[in-house]
Amino acid sequence: MLLKGRAWRYGANVDTDAIIPARYLNTSDPHELARHVMEDLDPRFSQEVRPGDIVVAEENFGSGSSREHAPIALKAAGVSAVIASSFARIFYRNSVNIGLPILECSRAVEDIQMGDLLQVSLEEGTITNTRSGKTFKAVPYPDFMREIIEKGGLEGYVKSRIASGVDEKPSKADR
Amino acid sequence: MGSTITQKILAHHAGMEEVKPGQLINARVDLVLANDITAPLAIQALRRMGAKKVFNREKVVLVPDHFTPAKDIQSAEQVAQMRQFAEEQGLIHWFEGGDAGIEHVLLPEKGMVLPGELVVGADSHTCTYGALGAFSTGVGSTDAAAAMALGEIWLKVPETIKFIYKGDFRPWVGGKDLILYTIGKIGVDGALYKTMEFAGPALRNLSMDGRFTMANMAIEAGAKNGIFHVDEVTIAYLRDRTDRDYQIFSSDADAPYLDVIELDVGDVEPQVSLPHLPSNAVPVSQAKGIRIDQVVIGSCTNGRLEDLEIAFRLVKGRRINPKVRTLIIPGTQEIMLEALRRGWIEAFVKAGAVVCPPTCGPCLGGHMGVLASGEKAIATTNRNFVGRMGHARSEVYLAGPAVAAATAVAGEIIHPDDIEDY
Repeated sequence: MLLKGRAWRYGANVDTDAIIPARYLNTSDPHELARHVMEDLDPRFSQEVRPGDIVVAEENFGSGSSREHAPIALKAAGVSAVIASSFARIFYRNSVNIGLPILECSRAVEDIQMGDLLQVSLEEGTITNTRSGKTFKAVPYPDFMREIIEKGGLEGYVKSRIASGVDEKPSKADR
Repeated sequence: MGSTITQKILAHHAGMEEVKPGQLINARVDLVLANDITAPLAIQALRRMGAKKVFNREKVVLVPDHFTPAKDIQSAEQVAQMRQFAEEQGLIHWFEGGDAGIEHVLLPEKGMVLPGELVVGADSHTCTYGALGAFSTGVGSTDAAAAMALGEIWLKVPETIKFIYKGDFRPWVGGKDLILYTIGKIGVDGALYKTMEFAGPALRNLSMDGRFTMANMAIEAGAKNGIFHVDEVTIAYLRDRTDRDYQIFSSDADAPYLDVIELDVGDVEPQVSLPHLPSNAVPVSQAKGIRIDQVVIGSCTNGRLEDLEIAFRLVKGRRINPKVRTLIIPGTQEIMLEALRRGWIEAFVKAGAVVCPPTCGPCLGGHMGVLASGEKAIATTNRNFVGRMGHARSEVYLAGPAVAAATAVAGEIIHPDDIEDY
């Protein structure tokens, strides 16, 4: 799949409170969350983000809380992918689990400026900056994560295991 | 080559002889936890997965603590979803009302996490239980749902950084100061994806409460888990809390470490982390004189009995500065009751503090102490990100209970030794 969108470029340590402040976590409705995404970091973002846009940031993107609302809010706002020099651990897992494409590539991050038009090939793991004309290769997903992605995220993976019957054991307390 | 304590616990739960850093494993979980923010998403995911029952109704724990007592209708609805799920699944561990508490203070107190166990929780501070020699880590709601369905989780075996603490503590220095100092040294991604193994002779003199504080903040350096070895302090803590058996694991002398960092605790003054990163740690002397509007003493980091005792020693018989709103939040009902018995609650109220029911509340700007634009708070909590406790133009300074309590009295950040002037 080829993703095309404008870059929203940010610095290091964009934490999950910046992505979706906790004061909005009394709901898990994706569209409600999207209305406030990145609010404390960049008030323009939720107003001006267009479907397909790509968030680009430096080290440790998604640090802090385990709230899955963070990648959910970005995805619901129309963000097609996040490119960062590195990702915080829980945010990385959450994004894979809910199907928000994330790419780790510090060289691309160095090249990209706010508003650059980007093309991302998820199959190839490549990022092209149409302004500079440069193409970068992202760090590939580990095979195991690729398998989860191919099964439609972790939900699909668990569903197929449950459907195969091996996990429909009664609870221990019921035995 | 030997193994670290973390490798051994993971190998044991994966049913393997040994595991190596970087290896992907499926590990059996002993407990899965979620709270009122993360559980609703986990319950939805569990239903979409087609799981009719959780893998074991004694091993799934739900603790509404973030926006409780429910701050608004939507928060009440989230708790109602959890309650309904707990009833439907027959969960043993559902904590509400008079059983309530902050999850990471409550679970160890109830003896629900033991050495050698593996716990995952849909809350980033699940790493707290590493203080007991357990492996515990925070995950998102979908991962928690998968663990609730299967009783397993996939994990990448982390590399370990070992921190060796030597020397003697200075007065007023506790676990919070050590961990802020350590994060200040390595940065907020200094242990990204890795284990922080806390070791060294100085830690023998650190209480369980201080160890929980340190393990709690491993995530603030990006770590997957923080872990301590079991010693007589751990065993004494567990004695009255459990009659379950547990297995003690420990690192081999030739265990592989990515790095070994030695720190002299004698170098550590009481610390303050300036806005807006936990790694902005400085000695309190460098933050002296900053005017403060609100003090928060509580949270999963520092809402335990020892934290309240330190605050009590500093505020008893004194008057809190009238310009400072001071909130004291015991982490659980048991801690509240013990503080009451010892007369601390009365002393706090007489000094001018407000004592709140157990809740995460202000730590994440949820309720019960949200900051206005331009306000500054000093808090014993774990994060000082932009907007964390309220308005995007408010500021949070992180500290231990001694600096926070002394600051409440002074109205500006001071060293606890300087309390004599007030």
